[in-house]
Parts: sequence; structure tokens; C-alpha cells
Amino acid sequence: MMELTEFFVQLWIARWAVLKGLGITAFISLLAIVLGTLLGIGVGLVLTYGGRVSRLVARIFVDYVRGTPVFVLVLASFYLLSEVGVHLTAFQAGLFALTIFCSTHVGENARGALMSLPRGQMEAGKAIGLTFPEIFIYVLAPQALRQALPTWVNTATEIVKASTLLSVIGVAELLLTAKEIIARNFLTLEFYLFAGLLFFLINFAIERGGRYVERRVALPN
Amino acid sequence: MGYTLNFGAVWRDFDLLLAGLALGLGMAIVSILIGCVIGLVAAFAMISKQGWLRRIAGTYVTVIRNSPPLVLILLAYFALPQVLGMRIGKLEAFIGTLAIYAGAYLTEVFRGALLALPGGLREAGLAIGLTERQTKAYVIVPVMVRNALPALSNNFISLFKDTSLAAAIAVPELTFYARQINVHSFRVVETWLVASLMYVAACYLIAAGLRQLEQRLAIPR
Repeated sequence: MMELTEFFVQLWIARWAVLKGLGITAFISLLAIVLGTLLGIGVGLVLTYGGRVSRLVARIFVDYVRGTPVFVLVLASFYLLSEVGVHLTAFQAGLFALTIFCSTHVGENARGALMSLPRGQMEAGKAIGLTFPEIFIYVLAPQALRQALPTWVNTATEIVKASTLLSVIGVAELLLTAKEIIARNFLTLEFYLFAGLLFFLINFAIERGGRYVERRVALPN
Repeated sequence: MGYTLNFGAVWRDFDLLLAGLALGLGMAIVSILIGCVIGLVAAFAMISKQGWLRRIAGTYVTVIRNSPPLVLILLAYFALPQVLGMRIGKLEAFIGTLAIYAGAYLTEVFRGALLALPGGLREAGLAIGLTERQTKAYVIVPVMVRNALPALSNNFISLFKDTSLAAAIAVPELTFYARQINVHSFRVVETWLVASLMYVAACYLIAAGLRQLEQRLAIPR
């Protein structure tokens, strides 16, 4: 009982740090998901409709990134980019790694969803005189989105989980904040559990929200 | 740019990287074996008639799948010893955590495979005089596991990539050595290029090997 009171006292002392860490986690995850999704749609389009060479390049990119652990991507971006003359802060390097990671997952997902559409959709679009961007926006994308949504929600939760890795390169997100608080008061179990709970709540909300949207956009059958 | 590649430092320590890769593979194998046991038990709990069993298994899956593995690892390694009042080795803490993490994903895999089995299978087992338990062990599980193999392979590969997280608690696996070489030699580009290529190659080989295994174990049609 004493320990629980102590935890809440310590939590109150560190409230602004915790909120800031939570904010950075949310911000970097959101940014990585948005940027990664935009980039990933491009990757998916190239994988599906690109010419031979561009398809091969995109394939190598996707397979290479997906074959590498996210942690290695994060560390490599952090150490490597500055070495080759791109000077980034830890935050930017982490964002870069997460965005690349996200884009390959979204790319594969988009490819799968686009491939599952019947060929006639594309042909119908062409037949009524739409350009490729128009076909994509008005014909293919709305149908592919439904298909891709569950996997995309999964990717989003993966990104939130992967954002914890940025604590290792010194981005003051939620986990690093928890570590710093623990270094001060040694409430190891309490604060790691608390951090874990917050991450869980974020992902649980994403999962539930995703399921709600899936139901809303499902085609009536 | 002005960066000249020099792989000397990396080749000198290449045996360390290889040893790290082997340790990662070993940890992944032990984790997935334990994870399979957890997953099997939890999957049967998920489809059991007892509501409380379903709830426990469901909570386990939801909580673990939505938590960042790094937080779970730090909890197991730094916080758990406080609770238990005894030291836990790095390796034990990491493998245990990874097994529990994998177990949650495998529960979903096995649950899906169980639900996909035709109901006649269980009835056939009972009809030839096997008990409920024997039917599960000799009829349902062997068929179910073979159907689940492709998903199991995917999980194993992502588990193998997750072993890179062990570097965060200084388990000497591939990522750990890569960081060490990086810091000592400053051959940043070479180090991460070689380390990531080793992961990519290992994933590729594992995937190819598992596909062979899937074909060998496939149910003849």
C-alpha cells in the first residue's frame, strides 16, 4: 500500500515529463504513419503498375527493409546518415527509420489490395476516358482501401511499438522518460508497468478505432 | 560525401557477427518452441466452452499484442527480479519474454487454424473410439499444425528479427556486436551494411528452408 502511494507521489512529481514523453511518442508515431503511408502508397503503385526496372528497384527496397529488424534500421539511420553528410537529430533519424519501415509495410499491403481488384475495374476506368490518376483515385483506391484497412491498422500499432526503440538513440519519448524517472526513484516495476499500460492503451484505442471504421465502411451484403 | 568504404574492421570481427547471428537464431528457435506450447494451450482456451478460459486467453492475446516488446523485455529483465527477489539472467529474461510475445501471435494463428478445420474431423476421431483428449492430440493438432505452417513460418521470421532487441539488454547477438564494432571502428556505413545484409540473407534462407519444410509436411491432396 505504501508503495502504491509512493508511486502516485512520484508520478505526480513527474507528470509533465510523462505527458511530454507521451506527446512525443504520439507525435512521432503519427508523423511516421502519415509519411510512411503516403510513401508506401507510392511504393505499392510502383510494385503493382511500375515498369520492369522500377518494379525491381521497389522490390529490392521493400525486401531489404523488411528483412532488416526495425532496431537495426533505427540504429543505422542514427549513426549512418550523419556519416554520409546528412545531419539529423535523433528525432529526425528515428522518424526517418520508422517512416521507411512503415512505407514498406504499407507498400506490400497496397500491392496486395490493388492486385486483388478485378482487372475489369482498370479497364472500365480506361473505357470511360479516365486518366491513370483519376482511375486510381475514383475507381481503384476506394475499393482497395477496404481491403487494406485491417492490415494498415496492424501496421499503425507496429509503428507505435517500434517507436519505443527510439529510446535507445536518445529520443525522449515515453519509454526513455520512464527510464529517466526510474533512474531517479528506482520504482522500476511501477514505472515500466505504467509505460507499458500507456502504450497498450494507445494501441488498444487504434485497434478498436480501426475495427469501428471497418464496420462503417464495410459493403452491405 | 567523401566517404571511402573500408571493410577491414568489419571483416576482422566478422566471426563475432556470425556468432551473434547464431545466438539470435538460437534464441528465436527456443522462443518459438515455447511460444508454440503457450499458443496451443491458449488457442484451445480461446475456443473452449468455459467463458472464463476464453476471457483469460483473450486478455493475454490483446494485452501482449498491443504492448511494445522492448517494454516487456525491460520489465522482465529489470523489474521482475525485484518482484521475485532473485536474479534472472539476460538470456532467460529475453527468451522468456520473446516466448510470451510469440505465444500471443501464435494463439491467433492456431485459433484460426482450429476454426478452419471441418467439424467432421473431431467426430471421426470420437467415432473410432478415441477420447476427447486423444482426438485432440492425435487427430486435430497434427492436421491443424500443418495447415498453420505458413503463418508459423512468417511468425518465426519476425521473431528472428525481434531478437535484435536483445541488444538493448546487452545480450551479445548480431545487433549488439554491430553497435560495438560501429563505436570502436567508426566504420559506420560498412558495419550497418554488413549487419543488415546478414539479417536479410538469414531471413531469406530461413524463408526458403521453411518453404521446403512446408512442402514436405503438406497434406497430400
